[in-house]
This record gives sequence, C-alpha cells and structure tokens, in this order.
Amino acid sequence: MGHDAQETDAAAAVDFKEVQSTEQFKELRKRHRSFVFPLSIAFLLWYFAYVLLADYAVDFMSTKVWGNINIGLILGLLQFVSTFAITGWYVSYANRKLDPIAAEIRQEIEGHEFDQHGNPVGGTTK
Amino acid sequence: MTLMVPAVNVADLKDTTLLNMGIFALFVAITMVIVIKASRNNKTAADYYAAGRSFSGPQNGTAIAGDYLSAASFLGITGAIAINGYDGFMYSIGFLVAWLVALLLVAELLRNTGKFTMADVLSFRLKQRPVRIAAAISTLAVCFFYLLAQMAGAGSLISLLLGISDWGGQALVIIVVGALMIMYVLIGGMKGTTWVQIIKAMLLIAGAAVMTFWVLAIYGFNLSDLLGGAVETSKNPNILNPGLQYGKTETSKIDFLSLGLALVLGTAALPHVLMRFYTVPTAKEARKSVVWSIWLIGIFYLFTLVLGYGAAALVGADTIKAAPGGVNSAAPLLAFHLGGPLLLGFISAVAFATILAVVAGLTITAAASFAHDIYASVIAKGKADADTEVKVARRTVVVIGLLAIVGGIFANGQNVAFLVALAFAVAASANLPTILYSLFWRRFTTQGALWSMYGGLSAAIILIALSPVVSGTKTSMIPGANFAVFPLSNPGIVSIPLAFFLGWLGTVLDKRKEDVTKQAEMEVRSLTGVGAEKATNH
Repeated sequence: MGHDAQETDAAAAVDFKEVQSTEQFKELRKRHRSFVFPLSIAFLLWYFAYVLLADYAVDFMSTKVWGNINIGLILGLLQFVSTFAITGWYVSYANRKLDPIAAEIRQEIEGHEFDQHGNPVGGTTK
Repeated sequence: MTLMVPAVNVADLKDTTLLNMGIFALFVAITMVIVIKASRNNKTAADYYAAGRSFSGPQNGTAIAGDYLSAASFLGITGAIAINGYDGFMYSIGFLVAWLVALLLVAELLRNTGKFTMADVLSFRLKQRPVRIAAAISTLAVCFFYLLAQMAGAGSLISLLLGISDWGGQALVIIVVGALMIMYVLIGGMKGTTWVQIIKAMLLIAGAAVMTFWVLAIYGFNLSDLLGGAVETSKNPNILNPGLQYGKTETSKIDFLSLGLALVLGTAALPHVLMRFYTVPTAKEARKSVVWSIWLIGIFYLFTLVLGYGAAALVGADTIKAAPGGVNSAAPLLAFHLGGPLLLGFISAVAFATILAVVAGLTITAAASFAHDIYASVIAKGKADADTEVKVARRTVVVIGLLAIVGGIFANGQNVAFLVALAFAVAASANLPTILYSLFWRRFTTQGALWSMYGGLSAAIILIALSPVVSGTKTSMIPGANFAVFPLSNPGIVSIPLAFFLGWLGTVLDKRKEDVTKQAEMEVRSLTGVGAEKATNH
C-alpha cells in the first residue's frame, strides 16, 4: 500500500485549479462533453420513442412485415444495433480524441509515463 | 390445454430428480473449490473489495456480464417472454440500452475518482460524513432489493428441480440456498467472486447459445416459424404484439413507461456494477470492460428472445405457470424439453451459479459499503485498521444475507425480472442524479446531494410499499391486506424525476458553497486519471 500513498502525495501537491484553467484541459473537457452529451440525448430519445410506440401505437407495432415478424420486433432489434454502433463510435472517438490529450495532461502533472498497468516506467518523478 | 403440449410433463421431472441434483451438486462443488483457491491471495482491503485492481478489461468485462446477467436476465426474461410475449422483450432492450449511460457518462470518470465504493465518488467534493452515510444507505437498499429477487429466483429453481410445490417447502429451500450463498461470499471475497462470475458468464452464455441453436434448428432456422409456433401453442396471436401485459388499461400503460425509465437509468447507478470498475487498473481498461460486457450482454439478450418464444412454443404458458417456480421455470422447462434431465441439470446448475455469483457480488458490495463508508469512515473515524474493517464487512454479509432470505420467501413466485426492475428503480432514484450532478455540475452542493438521495430513495421505497406489488392483489407479497394506494407497480416515473428535481432544488437553495479546489481536483482527475488508484503490486 506504500505505493498508493506515494501516488496520492504526488497528486496532492498539484494545483488542480490551475490545471483546470489551462486551455489544454478546457479543450479535453469540451471534446468529452460535446461528444457524450448530444449522443446521450439522442439514444435516450430514440429509446423512449420506441417505448412510447410499443405502449401507445400497438397497431402500428403489430404490422407484419415478413411472415410473423412485425415492426415492433424490427424496431426492438434495431435498438440492439444502435447500442452496438454507439459503443463502437464512442470507443473510436475516445481513443483518437480523448486519450492522447488526457495522457499529455497527466504526464505534465505527474512527470512520468505509465505502462499499460498504470505503473510508472522510466522518466523521473517531479 | 396442458394435454396439447406433448413433451414436457412436470411429473416426469420427479423421476429424474436424482440425476438433476447429481449434475447440479457436482457443479456447485467445482465452483466452491475455485472460490477457495482464488481467495488465498486476499491480504489487504484492496484485495478483498477490489481484487487488487489486477483484472484486465476483457476479464472484468466478462465478470461484469456475469454480475449483470442474473437470474432476472435468464429465468426472468425467458419467463416474461414465454408468458407475456413482446412485453417481456422490453426487459432485454432496457437492460441493454442502459449500458450506454454507464459507458458514456459514468464508468471511466468514476474509475478515475474513486477507490472502493460509490460513496468515494459521491463524497469526493462534498461534505464527507453525511454524503457517505447517505450513499451507503442507498447502496444497502438497492442491494437488498436485488438480493431479494435473486433469492426468489433460487427458490423457484431448486423447487422445480426437487418438485416441491408447497409454500413451506419452498421457503425452506430459500433458507438453505441463501445460507449456502452467504458461505461462498464469506470465503471468497472479491477475487473469488470475480472468478466465479467469469466462469459462470461463459457457461451461461454457452448454455443459452446451445439452447438457442437447438430451438432455431427445430424451426429450420426460421424466426418467423418459431414465432408462428408460439402463436399456435398459446392460441393467442397477440403474443407477438406489444401490450399483452401492459396494454390493458391506461394505468398499466403508464406502468410500462415507468418500467422503461427505471430500466434505462438504473444500470449506471447499481452499486455492485459501479464497484466492478474499481477492479481494473485504469480508466482505459474500465472502458474496455464496458465494451466487452455490452457485446456479451447484448448477444445474450438476443438469445433470450429465442428462448422465451421457444418456451412459449414448445413448453406452453399453461405448463410453465403450473410448474413449481411458476413463471421463472420457463428456461429450465425448455431445457428439459430439448435435452431431457441432462440438459436440465446443466442449465439449472448454470442458473444456480448465476444466482450465486450475483448474490456474492451484491453482498460484497453491500458489505464493503457498510464497512468502508459507515464503519471505517464514520463510526471509527478513519482509525479502523484493515483487519477490523474486513471483519465488519464479513459480519455485514451475514446480516444482509439473512434479510434477503426473509424477503425472498415473501417475494417467492413473483417474476425475478420484475423484482430486479424494482431494484433498478431504487438505484436510479437514489443514486443516478447525485452521480451525474457531482460529475458534471460545478455548483452542485451537499444539500442537493442529500435531498436527492434521501428523497429519491424514500420516494421509491414508499411507493413500492404502497403499490400492488406488496398488497391488494392475489399475486401480491401480502395477498390478505390492501393498502395499495399507488396504482403503478414500478415507481420510476415518479421517483426518478423527483430525485433529479430535489437535487437541483437543494443546490439552488443551499447558502453554503462547496470547495472550488475540490471541484477542480475532481474534474481534472475524472477526465485525466491523475492520481488514480493503481494496481497493487504483489
């Protein structure tokens, strides 16, 4: 646990208000929020549109399209498709647009790099 | 109508009880050995609660799927679709789409700011003591509702295997099964639990895949024919259309909406799911684990659609309702129809392991929350050593387990997916507003958090107590009494908006301002991962 304590100390010495006011951090926050907020609103609207249709437009949802497969089932399955698609989209966005800038800020604060397990490698501690 | 369905006869089950139980017992013994082996390395609190933060994204993602795909997902949804048709499918969709809230808004930020429990994040920049206590109380409440559902599911399952149909016998089954499950958690800790969850998730998904393939093969891999079969057996074409269960009255339609709201907003506020994000070393691994679990969970829910309609077509709703365990027995009965006692034994064992793993995850979360947030931080004021904390956690496990057993006995016979949806409603009301506000709203204050958490929690619980779930109908927990003044069976549509409103109101009326430095620290940490807890080195 000594390792944990050392990490916390390093972070405690940081002036977070200053970091928060840097352009770099503002950019990261903007990139994060401008992506996740609209997307969250979009998938919630699409989900509730589906729930309301199933609730109040039973005849429409019961319309058979192919054999016994009706619009309700197709829209339900499309909810699965959209969930998988949004997941993929977010991961690719986070990898390209969020992770690099977050890593830069973290390096500046902590002054060393991390391996894939989050443990410091090489570099020097500030 | 039971006579029209040839292959499944519940009386046949009794002849094969020994074989069912043999396969089942073997499986339980194997998991027990794994738990004991995995628990050898539990040294520190981080080991016991967060498995030393040593799991990889895919491992944790599988474990999350194992945690999430509870008896509700397997027994509950299959039963709901088999009996109520399309309306049961709603559970699958809600349970899955909800993961996007966790992925986009909560998982990574939470991993970066917390240590062991949900309260770590909620109390980060607010007043520690009151917020920690509130978060711990709501964690305990959510875990209790979730546990009660799992206990009821376990009761259904074992009653079916043993052919016990009277109330007293089933109650006894729930007591024995519950006691067994508490044992597992006491021995295993988070690492043992995580391994059981990983193994069980793989077995559950594999078992469901085999059954899905089998059902589809019977209908020549034509989904339309399978649906036709369900219509033929049920003699009701509406089984394919929405509204069979919830379309009856205007009130039940609002109930459906309420259920939909609770499902989609509940997941990202479930303490036992949130706690899993701490078992990985970084936020990036947390993201990977959510992606991994979304795929596993999504594919599994596609299987449940086939299994539900398969049970409706091949077993029949009347046979299911008449069997010991009622609606929750659809999946095991379908297994019996397809592969006889061998498949039934295997599927039941997997379902039991499912319940076991979820119970373990839940009790460990509740225990960690009590020991870490109430005992160590508030009662002992941070002076408790790790050993005492773990000891308190173990005692909490016993108490929570006992409460859940009693609740499970009363909830016996209700659909497990429905009961879990109540836990979702409680979680979404008590926790989600505060989680989102404290991550994204700079002005949010302690008073807002407390109003939102206590207000949302009590609204949800009081409305459930006054709903038809508890009293007033033949299927209620207390069928003899009637104090059901609230007409909806799921409180979400009232309690969730109320909790969001109270969080806002409490904040704007608060004269105290929170520490801006702490807010800056939380925001920077949550987005960049600076100073986040790392994996413990062994």
